[in-house]
Amino acid sequence: MGKNVKIKRGMDIPLEGKPSTHIHAISTSTTFALKPTDFKGLVPKLRIKQGEEVSVGDCLFTDKKNDKICFTSPVSGEIAEIVRGDRRAITAVKILADSSDYKYKEFDTKGYSSKSADDIKSILLESGLWPFITQRPYGVIADTDVSPKSIHVSGFDSSPLAADLGVSLRGQEASIEVGFEILNKLCEGGVHLNLHAKKDNTIYQNIKGVKVSYFEGPHPSGLVGVQINNIDPINKGDIVWTIKPQHVAFIGKLFSTGKLDLEQNIVIAGSEVNEPAYYTTRIGASVDSLMKDNYKSDNVRVISGNVLTGKKIEKDGYLGFFDNQITVIPEGDHYEMLGWLFPSYARPTLSSTLPLSKFLKKSFSVNTNPHGEPRAYVVTGQYEKVLPMDIMPQQLIKAVMAKDLELMENLGIYEVIEEDVALCEFVCTSKINVQQVLSEGLELMAEES
Amino acid sequence: MKFLRDQIDKIKPTFSEGGKLSFLHSTFDAFETFLFVPNHTTQNGAHIRDGIDLKRTMFTVIVAMLPALLFGLWNVGHQQSLALTGTDGSLWDNFFVGLIQTLPIIIVSYGVGLGIEMGFAQFRGHPVNEGFLVTGMLIPLCMPPDVPLWMVGLATAFSVVIGKEVFGGTGMNLLNPALTARMFLYIGYPSSMSGDSVWTFLPEGSETVDGYSGATNLGELASATAEGKPWSDDLLSASIMDSFWGNIQGSIGETSVVACLIGAAILIASGIGSWKIMLSTVLGGLFMGWVFNISGADGAYMDMPAYYHLIIGGFMFGAIFMTTDPVSAAQTERGKWIYGFLIGVLTVLIRVFNPGYPEGIMMAILLMNVFAPLIDYYVVQSNIKTRLNRVKV
Repeated sequence: MGKNVKIKRGMDIPLEGKPSTHIHAISTSTTFALKPTDFKGLVPKLRIKQGEEVSVGDCLFTDKKNDKICFTSPVSGEIAEIVRGDRRAITAVKILADSSDYKYKEFDTKGYSSKSADDIKSILLESGLWPFITQRPYGVIADTDVSPKSIHVSGFDSSPLAADLGVSLRGQEASIEVGFEILNKLCEGGVHLNLHAKKDNTIYQNIKGVKVSYFEGPHPSGLVGVQINNIDPINKGDIVWTIKPQHVAFIGKLFSTGKLDLEQNIVIAGSEVNEPAYYTTRIGASVDSLMKDNYKSDNVRVISGNVLTGKKIEKDGYLGFFDNQITVIPEGDHYEMLGWLFPSYARPTLSSTLPLSKFLKKSFSVNTNPHGEPRAYVVTGQYEKVLPMDIMPQQLIKAVMAKDLELMENLGIYEVIEEDVALCEFVCTSKINVQQVLSEGLELMAEES
Repeated sequence: MKFLRDQIDKIKPTFSEGGKLSFLHSTFDAFETFLFVPNHTTQNGAHIRDGIDLKRTMFTVIVAMLPALLFGLWNVGHQQSLALTGTDGSLWDNFFVGLIQTLPIIIVSYGVGLGIEMGFAQFRGHPVNEGFLVTGMLIPLCMPPDVPLWMVGLATAFSVVIGKEVFGGTGMNLLNPALTARMFLYIGYPSSMSGDSVWTFLPEGSETVDGYSGATNLGELASATAEGKPWSDDLLSASIMDSFWGNIQGSIGETSVVACLIGAAILIASGIGSWKIMLSTVLGGLFMGWVFNISGADGAYMDMPAYYHLIIGGFMFGAIFMTTDPVSAAQTERGKWIYGFLIGVLTVLIRVFNPGYPEGIMMAILLMNVFAPLIDYYVVQSNIKTRLNRVKV
């Protein structure tokens, strides 16, 4: 049996613009995009040309280092544009979607329960679902040639304004069940399902053959990295895979129907959204189609993902590959006179030096101002308060800054990825970009290994 | 506000790259960001950030020091009045005398220190760090009221350049800068930093009343121990209650245990100062005092109740404001317990066994500053070992 873990360190950041539980159907986006930049370190190799017709599930590009890994089209239609950035690197493949009745590529998934692990793997690779599986160490797309020690799925999302999966995945219980059956075939070490002890877990009630553990406590209790560290820590040389429940549902749908279906319910939330709620769309949908006139004001930051780990996208951008959330918050590009001394509005904080914000305010309309300038490390003991892992965060980050590979490894860099330290970055008095620093460290380690 | 902002925007190009006064860029930036939190936004990583920054952190420490400072200002005047007339002056007279004597010390400390910091920041192309705002206040608070201004300036310059900047600036220094300044004077100019004549500010040529003595508790106890006198409360030149409230002779800001405790309350409530370090320092002092009590050895210090150690001298001031400097203290959570405890132990050891240095806490903190990285090293190693052991199990 699994374990019960009470997470004590961490913090929930209460933000305005919580989604209502209503699920809106919205008119389908006309353009979709798949962005190679959503995948760490990926160099894409194009498989299609501009103007070509594609079906749902057709390969758009592959990983140059491993061309078995396909990235497939979420819709059928015509390749509208191949967007290139610096040094002609491909930043997005845009697809003009068919207006009705998508054409689907058929995958041979019949009799999946008797298929071998290798067959399953090749279907996942061909269908483009493989990249949803993330590997630790380094937080990259799972290596196709290894069998992991275990697979971990966090059954809930504790990030700010995140979707309640009990709402967004309602009705997909059957797909989730099949998805877990597939995962079980991929990993001999066992699949862990980590649930919230106090939340409604009915969508997971029929899942068999997994080790269920229960967690409670503030964010980051829902981060899979935190859960792994608490129940099944990654040791040097271990490989562990992680995947999110909504993506497990995609796998389930593919294997039960033979068709790739990347439709999902996402959350659109934040203080600058008129109607924060759930919306039904697909991976790669355009923000235009999702937001329309749902903006409360003009000067806003649109984030694909949550405020801690999401990516900044433009108003004419596209939903990220891994994301089931769009957050819209005001930009903070204004001066604040003596703001460090007399804050002119409440802001979320871990620090008791802002007692009015910390103890009185229930939820915040938070903006993107960092409320201070970057400084050298002075304060200590701060990161530890929000990182419920057996990791010494400040020492690890310093080791990365010093590019001390041995120390990084000794301090357990293979146990963490960027999202795990996002709260450390939030609380940092010295305004150090902790996620970016860690990312550089992970990259360095990946190169050396 | 709009007007001020417009004025700043108008002169900003002069100080920016290519401007006439671009060599003052860091200084301009320091003043600008003091007045206005910049209009920057997060560009990567977490899109939202905590409301706290280093300015607010340092400001909170200064607020915590205010009770000690205000009490110190009054006490400087109070002690002078007692020495010259044998009676107490009015509250405002005392305060005024203290202000006249202390303000120049504060101004010199901040002026010299910030000047050098700004110079180094400009030279390195760094922003000016707020750390000195605290150091600049700690230095006057741990000086005797009679200290010559040139000494304050020299010591400040020494502590900023040798104590901090040569190590790479704020965040990199090994030693507590304020104590470095005090230590510099203590070793370089001992006659101005110790003995019986420096703890009360007396105008030149003034005569003290009969029976006035400039001796302090620590000095008296040290000589009593050296002479082999047995312990009695009478050995103290100021009673333990006076020592607790702080109306005794001593450095400007360290005499009042009460004022320091108010500071501690502010630091702990705001989460800025580490309660672990403060508590473990106190426990270390009590422990060592208790060991002497039960050791059976004779002598004034040996038989003094252990908790007296916390009240006499600068123990509390050091334990609350000096040990908790996060840069020079141990940085790991377990390390903080060890670091503080050893400071407490060493303080009492130095007081008892080394009459040459009546006040042990300054030496103890500086010594443990040097050892803090070693403590951290072993704490980190133990984390590494646990991780390695997981593989074997």
